Amino acid sequence: MMALLLRDLRLAFRAGGGFGLGLAFFLLVAVLVPLGVGPEPATLAKIAPGILWVGALLACLLSLDRIFALDFEDGSLDLLATSPIPLEGVVAVKAFAHWLVTGLPLTVAAPVLGVLLNLAGQGYLWLVVSLAAGTPALSVIGAFGAALTVGVKRGGLLVSLLVLPLYVPTLIFGAEVVKRGATGAEVQVPLLLLAGITAGAVAFLPFAAAAALRVNLR
Amino acid sequence: MVPQDFHGVFSRGMAWDRAGAMDLVVDTLAVARGGLTVLEGVSFTLAPGQALVLRGPNGVGKTTLLRTLAGLQPAVSGTISVPPESLTYAAHADGLKAVLTVEENLQFWAAIHGVGGVADAMAQMNLSDLRARRAANLSAGQKRRLGLARLLVTGRAIWVLDEPTVSLDAASVALFAGVVRAHLAGGGMVLIATHIDLGLDEAQVLDLTPFKARVAALSDGFDEAFA
Repeated sequence: MMALLLRDLRLAFRAGGGFGLGLAFFLLVAVLVPLGVGPEPATLAKIAPGILWVGALLACLLSLDRIFALDFEDGSLDLLATSPIPLEGVVAVKAFAHWLVTGLPLTVAAPVLGVLLNLAGQGYLWLVVSLAAGTPALSVIGAFGAALTVGVKRGGLLVSLLVLPLYVPTLIFGAEVVKRGATGAEVQVPLLLLAGITAGAVAFLPFAAAAALRVNLR
Repeated sequence: MVPQDFHGVFSRGMAWDRAGAMDLVVDTLAVARGGLTVLEGVSFTLAPGQALVLRGPNGVGKTTLLRTLAGLQPAVSGTISVPPESLTYAAHADGLKAVLTVEENLQFWAAIHGVGGVADAMAQMNLSDLRARRAANLSAGQKRRLGLARLLVTGRAIWVLDEPTVSLDAASVALFAGVVRAHLAGGGMVLIATHIDLGLDEAQVLDLTPFKARVAALSDGFDEAFA
């Protein structure tokens, strides 16, 4: 399993691997929104939590179809399915690799981009906490969507359509944590719900995704 | 449809109770492609040290049979019994990553299967000189040799090979035949679907044409892309 994780990370960091794609998209959103909305600090501060979370979510979405499609095309997925690693483990490892390459850099970069959007001072901590708690769910749910569409050529659009509704609760609670944190309100309830979604997704979806892969490999 | 629990045979170790527990035993197997049964009544037994060459025209179901044996798709009916974790599959796609070097590709599969022998596998498939070259820069034949070298780092006894010699030159075919022979001599088993003569005179040959399912016979040439 470690070997699979290291290989996925190595592939992501080599040429054409897609590392930085999500991060660059996130940066573009955070830079372009103030230009589009106008420079009033009060307006920006108000929309900052939502924009940052939507940007992070869409950045995650960009690289989802690569999770399994590349391995399916070159036959690695067939070989992994006949290897000693259970498919559930393959899914979990690949989702974790996706998070390390996408979700983690987004979480780290978010405070810097928060400055561009004039996020209130007390919101930065909660921005990082909510992204750290929420982005693993984005990767695991995305891996499930990617597993469902693995045999489909150019399945990116289909993955987006399948996964977006499943992303909605994460987005709502994630943005709510930041919004409340920025105004100094109580964040416990949305944060717990966000963490609950992540825990549930991480616990159940690898099994669902592995079942979907088995059907698609036939 | 007879439900068939492929993994059940593995996990409960039922195959171990019988004589010849190490054998690959296929009994009246029927396999389907795209919901249509293509082969039925296929039975054979492969013992350690034996090779079986599957023959048959395009579309007869060689790949479908091999994928079923590899556990990638369920059988329509019949049983397959193999020792647990003993089978590895090599198909048209080699499962290589273009941005990884020859050595990294093999190291990955060796680590997945928890065995070593990467240097030995490269030497056997004549890849040692290419070890630091990225798979993207290999020729089709070199890629194939790398794909076949992967078999050596799986540590599995039963090799299920689908057209292993595509794009190999005569010298590489002979090299591979030697590797297969060495594997057989070490108690391995090899199942090959191929149209060309590998020069494995000791191998048994099974022509799949008589096992063609009747429905498939009516729609001859239904979908040759999956041959």
